[in-house]
Amino acid sequence: MTAEHVSPSKLLRPLSPLDGWQAAFDALPNVVAVTEIAFMAQLNLRVDPSGPAAGAVAKVLGSALPTQPCSSTRSGEYQLLWLGPDEWLILAPEGAGPELETALREAIGGEPGAVTDVSAQRTTLALSGCASRELLAKGCSIDLHPKVSPMGTCVQTLVAQTGIIIVARDETASDFLLVVRASFAQYFAAWLIDAGVELTGAC
Amino acid sequence: MTRLTTGGLIDRTTVLSFSFDGRPYAGHPGDTLASALLANGVHRVATSVNRGRPRGIMAAGVEEASALVQLEAPFPEPMLSATTIELYEGLVARGLPGRGKLADRPDPARYDAIHAHCDVLVVGAGPAGLMAALTAARAGSRVVLVDEQPMVGGSLLGTRGELSDWTATVLAELTSTPEVLVLSRTTAFGYYDDGFVLALQKRTDHLGAAAPDNAARQRIWRLRAKQVILATGAHERPVVFADNDRPGVMLAQAGRTYLNRYGVLAGNRILVFTTNDSAYVAAVELAEAGAEVTVVDPRTDLAPFWAAECARVGIAVRPGHMVTGTTGEERVTGVHLAAYPSGGASATVHCDLLLVSGGWNPTVHLFSQARGKLEYDAELGAFLPVAGLPGAGVVGVRVTGAAAGTVSLAGCLAGGAAEAVAALRDLGVAAQPVAPPPVGTDRVERAGLVLWTVPVEISLDGSDLSDTRFVDLQRDATVGDVLRAAGAGLRSVEHVKRYTTIGTAHDQGKTSGLIASGIMADALGVDMAALGTTTYRPPYASVSFAALAGRDRGAIFDPVRVTAIHSWHIEHGAQFEDVGQWKRPLCYPRRTAFGGLEDLPAAVARETRAARTGVAMLDASTLGKINVQGVDAGEFLDRIYTNIISTLKPGFVRYAVMCGMDGMILDDGTVMRVSDTEFVLTTTTGNAAKVLDWLEEFAQTEWPDLRVHLTSVTEQWATIPVVGPLSRQVIAAVAPALDVSNEAFGFMTWRSAEIAGIEARICRISFSGELAYEVNVPSWYGIAVWQAVFDAGQPYGITPYGTETMHVLRAEKGYPIIGQDTDGTVTPQDLGMSWVVSKKKLDFVGKRSFSRAENLRPDRKHLVGLLPVDRSVLLAEGAQVIADPDVSQLPVVMLGHVTSSYRSVALGGTFGLALVRSGRDRIGERLFAWQDGEVVPVMVTGPVLYDEEGARRDG
Amino acid sequence: MQLISCPWCGPREEAEYHYGGQAHVAYPHDVGAMSDADWADYLFFRDNPRGPFAERWVHAAGCRRWFNAVRDTGTHEVLAVYRIGEPQPELGTQASR
Repeated sequence: MTAEHVSPSKLLRPLSPLDGWQAAFDALPNVVAVTEIAFMAQLNLRVDPSGPAAGAVAKVLGSALPTQPCSSTRSGEYQLLWLGPDEWLILAPEGAGPELETALREAIGGEPGAVTDVSAQRTTLALSGCASRELLAKGCSIDLHPKVSPMGTCVQTLVAQTGIIIVARDETASDFLLVVRASFAQYFAAWLIDAGVELTGAC
Repeated sequence: MTRLTTGGLIDRTTVLSFSFDGRPYAGHPGDTLASALLANGVHRVATSVNRGRPRGIMAAGVEEASALVQLEAPFPEPMLSATTIELYEGLVARGLPGRGKLADRPDPARYDAIHAHCDVLVVGAGPAGLMAALTAARAGSRVVLVDEQPMVGGSLLGTRGELSDWTATVLAELTSTPEVLVLSRTTAFGYYDDGFVLALQKRTDHLGAAAPDNAARQRIWRLRAKQVILATGAHERPVVFADNDRPGVMLAQAGRTYLNRYGVLAGNRILVFTTNDSAYVAAVELAEAGAEVTVVDPRTDLAPFWAAECARVGIAVRPGHMVTGTTGEERVTGVHLAAYPSGGASATVHCDLLLVSGGWNPTVHLFSQARGKLEYDAELGAFLPVAGLPGAGVVGVRVTGAAAGTVSLAGCLAGGAAEAVAALRDLGVAAQPVAPPPVGTDRVERAGLVLWTVPVEISLDGSDLSDTRFVDLQRDATVGDVLRAAGAGLRSVEHVKRYTTIGTAHDQGKTSGLIASGIMADALGVDMAALGTTTYRPPYASVSFAALAGRDRGAIFDPVRVTAIHSWHIEHGAQFEDVGQWKRPLCYPRRTAFGGLEDLPAAVARETRAARTGVAMLDASTLGKINVQGVDAGEFLDRIYTNIISTLKPGFVRYAVMCGMDGMILDDGTVMRVSDTEFVLTTTTGNAAKVLDWLEEFAQTEWPDLRVHLTSVTEQWATIPVVGPLSRQVIAAVAPALDVSNEAFGFMTWRSAEIAGIEARICRISFSGELAYEVNVPSWYGIAVWQAVFDAGQPYGITPYGTETMHVLRAEKGYPIIGQDTDGTVTPQDLGMSWVVSKKKLDFVGKRSFSRAENLRPDRKHLVGLLPVDRSVLLAEGAQVIADPDVSQLPVVMLGHVTSSYRSVALGGTFGLALVRSGRDRIGERLFAWQDGEVVPVMVTGPVLYDEEGARRDG
Repeated sequence: MQLISCPWCGPREEAEYHYGGQAHVAYPHDVGAMSDADWADYLFFRDNPRGPFAERWVHAAGCRRWFNAVRDTGTHEVLAVYRIGEPQPELGTQASR
């Protein structure tokens, strides 16, 4: 091989943390469905929710930031996840990160706050199906019953031995978004698949 | 055969074959191993642990203290009670002499755990528990009902089908009510804090080899309840007399249960020895089933109802008498009787089954585990829960039914409903108690006689073996053992338990513990109430380690963290090492000319040579990375790090050290300034989470006024150091737009550059002393950029290297690894790094501690280099460093220890780093490392052994 | 598994938290002016009562917020939790959320 072989292609293929795992997810019993939503833009946002920057940020996002602990809001293509009293994770479509980061930083201006691109820090999984709650209950101590964790609930907790963000996306506990750190993603995927071994055809 | 032709809850239409001690037998679904053995006339099932005495079946449930067996098929499992094993086709078991044998092959079964939440948890599905669960279910609450048996009913299962229609109706209603979960074959074995109850569900044990492969055999339920109702019933206790351990000596209620539930008449000539009325019903039912029954009761005033019943069915009653001993070997053949309490007028009667009842012990284990208070009830001769928990915790724990000392069925039914109403009221739910089913008149009307052991003097010949009055059958512990404990001066039941081992076997003294206390109290002449009980601790019943481990085994035993480039390392034959939870390539062994693989030293020699003379690349993505933003970010970092950070300009990088308040090094890394208000700092791989917590603690609690925000970006960035004199050419090839000249891109600066269209941050930092570029890209592109660098480096022979080579390179340069060359007692000054400690800053974390007298001592341990005199000897990391090679003179004065040790191609031999007392004052001295029983002479040097003048970093 | 109430997220299992030692021990203002003895006292000495004790905890696996808790060291019961900057609640008032 010589140096000529190195073509500075603009087309380097990104690889998600769970690249190659979908076939294993597809083999799960049909009471659950797991799909990696790769390459979502993710921005960590820090801002004082009662300060002037919060309003400017809300304009960019098209919605006020959720201030209820352990909740989330949808705003168009954005999902705004409460992570702390002055901290949110903004989920946006693939590729939307750089522009949104710039817009949010401009909105904050000189006010206290921070915007950090963490798109590749974590990956997201969609977990759906009538056995979703049972599957998570095998490793999660949070009560995900819809009465306790209604749609929009967003909790940071542990599932098995990894930290995770769980977002409830419906009122029947059968649609969750799971956000997990990239280095733990393969462990978590293996754990999910193993947890699904026992699930049968019916809920 | 002793199986009756009708009756019981067994399915006679199906025959199950099983074997015990090598002999084939048959039983039915619904049997336990114990009931099936008794149905086949097998009474002797085990041998006692110390004295080798024949032992039989003494109970019909989890309190069994005698019939210990080992399952052999489908999978070996030792130390199980025959009374708790549901029979299945193909079961192979053998009786145990007190000890079993663990399997020597992996258990193929699956085990798992699951969390469940409820408003009301009811433990026990007897009459009280069913009423409680039904009341809570009808109120619309989330209810979990757990019961150890395969069917609900509790004590009713041992009756002649009493309330069986009602229990079936209740079960049907509960299982069809949303938000109600009924868990059978599930034993709540531990109460922990805040309504947290662990329960073991045996899910497929009863299926034997037919158990599906994908189903967890056993499951740990992690139940979190707002209210807990314990309807755990009571265990009958025996009375102790001589030779009370023979097969065929059984608790009275067990005899009744075998008759009514399993259709087994366990004897034909039955003697019932009871101190209370509860055993009379067993006597009458057994007589009606065809047995010849005699009742022996130490009380003289018989209840008129039971006297009449006994007369009706032809039972001879011997009031005012007691059992003093038994005869028989493999099975009881006769009983010695005597007048109570005098012991006179002794006689022997023949029998083949001796049923005993000394009263009932409420099952208060879980309540006691919940720190519930127990009080001695002299009338019942048992400890009862005192209503209400001390400290009035948030979670209500209530006890009802026989567990609360309620004797009558009507009382249990009413009590269960009432406790559920009370629990719901505490949850703010108004509920009505469900109406109990009609029941007959209760016939246990009088308190029994509390009798722990029959009052007969037995002349001991001084040896333990002459005493056959067994208190704990599992432990072969006798009345004499308890009295010896008292004689030895022990006064606490806890001490007596340890001295005698009573209550420490797998049954945990369910039938023996209280008796031991009673004997002790009598011997010492103290009140039982004052003596108290031993502490009840989880688990209530045996739980296998396999169940506790659950799915945390094999590949998912512990998280394996991998970098974005991990698959490349695998494809290229990397040998991995664990660094915390991370998998990191240790080295990349190549095929040798002889077809084998390089060993570690050969691979490391090749990799280090490439880094020092050509170009090499490392996956350093595991480094912790923290994004720090805000107008006060510089000020914040100035307070955290020992050196000044705020003066760093955007585009520059600084090495920095942070200490604890005590001045000891906590971590080190680089700080990259992105803009006036943004930094990215790195931490060591193992300290990433700890450092972020540490920084957050200061930001949130000490200096909340500082406008600074911290975000972990460890996995956001893949980090690829490209190292060696030829690294500049490689970087130039992958980032053609970047001016890589030393003038344009100097040491300790960073630049943004495109690599194949990917925005990268490239830092000129070096952990090897060589010219090096650290390429950082979003981790999605980690593997693509790694491959691009690898491809671009091919003309230069680029060599991927692992952590071992990284260590050799950094150690040759004297760069310490925090946590390896330091241990939390080492200051920057100890490492010879005073240059990293600012003299200008007014304060920073740890500064004040540097002037503590202890930290100014001249004889502190310093980091130095060690060169073995024989450069082929590899020092042992951890070896003590001593000055005097004569180790026969004790104590040997130890100066420190070897912290790092490697073979070095560049240095032409082995070398090490060490922490040595006054080490910098000893440079040039000859010291010794003590390893493998030998003294190894070493020369002390400065820590930097390679390129001390730093000529290589710019290429 | 004990539950501890995060002032933000509510009750969570204790495994989600890390312990941070005694609360309300502020970093001294002028450490340079402190004697060795005073500095050592700050550095190494903490109260160790049996009974209520104000402590720092962080909801490490959750919102990452540090907070204060009054815990009875004899029973482990958490009597109150309160956010950083809030005063320690009067004991016995059960200010726990």
